[in-house]
Amino acid sequence: MLLNVGPQHPAMHGIVRIIVGLDGETITSADVEIGYLHRAFEKMCEQGPYNNAIPYTDRLNYVSPLINNIAYCQSVEKLFGITVTERCQYVRVIVSEMSRITDHLTCIGATAMELGAFTVFLYMIKAREMLYELIENVTGARLTISYARVGGLKADLPEGFEDKLRAAIAETRGVLKEVEGLLNKNRIFIDRVKDVGVISRQDALAYGITGPFLRSTGVDYDVRKAQPYMVYDRFEFDVPVGEHGDNLDRYYVRMEEMYQSMRILEQALAQLPAGPIQVGTDGQVIPAAVMVDEAKMGRTRGFKEAAVVADPTLEGTGRDGHTTVYSANKRVALPAKEDTYGNIEGLMNHFKLVMHGHGIRPPKGEAYVPVEGANGELGFYVSSDGTDRPYRVRVRPPCFAIMGALPKLLIGDSIADIVPTFGSVNMIGGELDH
Amino acid sequence: MRIESLLEHVQSRYADAVVGVAPEVRGDAAVVVKRAALRTFLAAVKSDPELDLNILMDLTALDYLHWEEKEDRFEVVYNLFSLSKNHRLFVKVRVPESDPAVDSAVPVWPAADWYEREVWDMFGIRFTGHPGLKRILMYEGFQGHPLRKDYPYNKRQPIIGPVN
Repeated sequence: MLLNVGPQHPAMHGIVRIIVGLDGETITSADVEIGYLHRAFEKMCEQGPYNNAIPYTDRLNYVSPLINNIAYCQSVEKLFGITVTERCQYVRVIVSEMSRITDHLTCIGATAMELGAFTVFLYMIKAREMLYELIENVTGARLTISYARVGGLKADLPEGFEDKLRAAIAETRGVLKEVEGLLNKNRIFIDRVKDVGVISRQDALAYGITGPFLRSTGVDYDVRKAQPYMVYDRFEFDVPVGEHGDNLDRYYVRMEEMYQSMRILEQALAQLPAGPIQVGTDGQVIPAAVMVDEAKMGRTRGFKEAAVVADPTLEGTGRDGHTTVYSANKRVALPAKEDTYGNIEGLMNHFKLVMHGHGIRPPKGEAYVPVEGANGELGFYVSSDGTDRPYRVRVRPPCFAIMGALPKLLIGDSIADIVPTFGSVNMIGGELDH
Repeated sequence: MRIESLLEHVQSRYADAVVGVAPEVRGDAAVVVKRAALRTFLAAVKSDPELDLNILMDLTALDYLHWEEKEDRFEVVYNLFSLSKNHRLFVKVRVPESDPAVDSAVPVWPAADWYEREVWDMFGIRFTGHPGLKRILMYEGFQGHPLRKDYPYNKRQPIIGPVN
């Protein structure tokens, strides 16, 4: 018998169609059909300047968009050959690890919910919510964050971030303990996931699978350890590995990874290089629009030192904090908003970077930087022809390889096992379908 | 292996398959391989104990239509990674517009299955010996290959219903 699972089905996170052949309740064949969420990411990246691709990368993996942002920027930075400031690297690590935790929380929470453990879902979403609020605090948005820039970050961390993050970590630890109490010895949960969706180490490697999925088979490949990028080599953390490559091991690996991410977060907070010293503005704060109007009439006295009140969406892009998280390379980095609004050099610098036909221009070449996404190795292969637009942007979405191996995971199991196995794949439609 | 020694090893050991180094790839080892020797080369570097490139991380293509220095229109790029040696090698193969076809890598890595379908879908490059080369992201009945440079990004096509 042929059974259509999806494209729209409550257990198909996103839209994907699996046509399974059944013999009784046993799956004998599986055909996975993807592409329902294709939004021409790679084609659209070629149409605009380099920084225009950043909002598109948000929408690839919408559960951990910060990692995508940062991975893309790192590839373009490699083309330029620039290194971002130390504080910026730390902030990037912090937000990446927060994203990893939110991703794993979503994955485990949703899988548990589909297996009937609704409480787990609510607890995990509660912890995720705390982290999302913090992410909103930093970036201004929950999901479509567009936080990274080529050469740095949009803005520095807000005031009081450290205390809030420590509180969120404590809360998340508590939630994980509760979830472990609910699931680890739960017969119903264990019976549904143990020895289900098994993949051998050889098969996982042959299918190019990476991330928690590969680690559940016992391979300790983690890009953060194997090819440390940013400042990951300065932190102590373990790479948890499984043994059997089944859904239960993937659950354990993801749970442990969240603890490890929190270890990294705490070390990063402790090592975070000192932030900028706020410069006294002597009450000379001018709304940006007024500043522009005044400057048009030539009244620019004192503007060079004045602070600007910019639109709330531009909060944090001012002079304080700008130099700490943004590259000093004027070919890449947008000037501080005070300079854009306040003096001709800043305005010209801004113009040269954002206007049509100008923009940032990496030298000709191609670059690929792998980072450890929440699902596995994520990397952008960016090709530059020396103009202000990428000639080609290719993303390697980690769940694409896993989805390619999905028939192998499903065949031989029963129809009810589709739900936990598919849940542990953590398919993200946005990145899978580009 | 470091990039220089990796390149030297690949060039000396597989001299008859390798055309040269691809210097445009920054910070990683990259070689251009003859199209005819591609599959034997890929199988050889996978089983070579000194290289041990056991993972096909990614497979993609580039369309150099608007790039004047390039003779051939397409380039297929293999991103190979060695778990034991922790090194990466990009293998490029040039594909002319007149005959856009290369040997499939599915016998070497099953992971190539979906990647090759995607390249076929997006660039119209055929992979000889692929077990079922059909579109993956676009639907059957879609006209053209969208990531080709001569495909306008704002072109609209009718959305058709499911085929089966």
